[in-house]
Amino acid sequence: MAGPIIRTEHLSRFFSTVKAVDDLSLEVPAGIVFGFLGPNGAGKTTTIHLLLGLLEPTQGQASVLGFDTRTQADEIRTRIGALLEFAGLYERMSAEDNLDLYGRISHMPAAERRARIKELLTHLDLWDRRKDPVGKWSRGMKQKLAVARALLHHPPLIFLDEPTAGFDPVAAATLRTDLASLVAREGVTVFLTTHNLTEAEKLCAQVGVIRQGKLLTVGNPDELRVRTGGPQAEIVGDGFNDQTLALLRERPEVANVALNNSHLTIELRGESKIGPLISLIVKSGGEVEEVRRGKASLEDVFLTLMEEENT
Amino acid sequence: MSDIWTMMWKESKDLLFQGGWRSLIRPLFVIGIMGIYLPLQLGPQWVDLTPLGMLLLLWIPFFVIISFIGDAIAGERERHTLETLLASRMPDRAILLGKIVATVVYAWGMGILSLLLGLILVDLLRTQGNWMFYPLDLFVDALVLSLLVGVLGASAGVLISLRVSTARQAQQILSVSTIVFVFGVTFVLRAVPANVFSSLNYSQFLLIVMAVIAVLDGILLGLSLVSFQRSRLILS
Repeated sequence: MAGPIIRTEHLSRFFSTVKAVDDLSLEVPAGIVFGFLGPNGAGKTTTIHLLLGLLEPTQGQASVLGFDTRTQADEIRTRIGALLEFAGLYERMSAEDNLDLYGRISHMPAAERRARIKELLTHLDLWDRRKDPVGKWSRGMKQKLAVARALLHHPPLIFLDEPTAGFDPVAAATLRTDLASLVAREGVTVFLTTHNLTEAEKLCAQVGVIRQGKLLTVGNPDELRVRTGGPQAEIVGDGFNDQTLALLRERPEVANVALNNSHLTIELRGESKIGPLISLIVKSGGEVEEVRRGKASLEDVFLTLMEEENT
Repeated sequence: MSDIWTMMWKESKDLLFQGGWRSLIRPLFVIGIMGIYLPLQLGPQWVDLTPLGMLLLLWIPFFVIISFIGDAIAGERERHTLETLLASRMPDRAILLGKIVATVVYAWGMGILSLLLGLILVDLLRTQGNWMFYPLDLFVDALVLSLLVGVLGASAGVLISLRVSTARQAQQILSVSTIVFVFGVTFVLRAVPANVFSSLNYSQFLLIVMAVIAVLDGILLGLSLVSFQRSRLILS
């Protein structure tokens, strides 16, 4: 479709005095993984509920795939896939039956259902366990099955609400890999909410940051790093003291300095040379063992945005 | 219609026949009592569809239904499957009616199967005379009444299940409601002057009873459909 696949204009949802989503205006282009970042209780899940037409907005409007969420919610729910806060699998039913149910709900013909279930379960290495009741599976396997369910009827857009929340790092990494490969293979647009910044950095072409219902910023992760964080240098060594920090802060190319144990992080203005700063540190009595140049991580960007909002 | 069928398929897989052979214990127990033990005890009397037979046919499917139906919505909410179902294209009516129809068919089917099994047993054990069948008018009355009472239990159960947060809570409220309902009906019937009953013949009386239950079914079904609001269910 031409234009954004999701568009919201001043979308708000209040629960008595709590502003769960507050004046959210957003456009998500088709064909990308869009990360919706925010701490717990930021309004991410409420936004998904609004976009699926499961909740009525208090103010504003939204459209998904060109359909209005207030008046055409059925059309939206017919065309999208969703993995919400919980996997939502019927644990007494087999994996195959769980997928078959949602294939039937989507009115897929029986032969197409069977072929598609085999294709997805094989791709996710779950085919051999298809007859098991899902209740006997590990959490990671269940979540993979729930992703397969969301993709079953070839939707152009899927919503994933914190798909790796509560997972150990290995299980989360495995699910992310499977998710990335499936999404690339299917060519589907993904609206992914998460508070896992590594996940967003690895999967998302564009991210929006939300806090207390308000959208703080939108852009691709690189843009956000430049806009919010800029280049930085990390210096590992010994003997760094208040005088070192004060001297560095006086330099025009230094935007900010932070000392954490033996790690000195210097945020730079533009692509400044690091050599003169190292000399300054050594002259002030510091011993430099290692210098690393790099960009701010998405986590730095996120934390900066949260701090700005607090102040 | 295909959506209702899909929900019935799901209910049969998820609730009624889950757990392999163990899921057969309940129906086999009910059919064993109703379709084997009682006919064997009563012999040819069973085929007369005495008040006892009629009462059993009415109440046993009803109790089977109320033992399941509280789980319909509240159970899905507890197991976190409701949100995903609500986010699908499945229409509200199909979700509700699919659950109600699946449970009623299951329990009603058990009743019919028991009646037929009892009939066959009694006929097989008789050594003389022609094959007997239930009095057709009583048999049809029993089937219709049993269906109406089943729909009543299922609609009331779904309505309660929509409004509470756990299946256990739904079950408790439904059990208490059933007792209150039975006592209420008894009280009302006792309050009606005796000459009202004596002025009615059997068919008229049955027709009035069926009409009253059908109206109650309609009201409870309507209330359930009105109460089924995705936004309210998502927030609860």
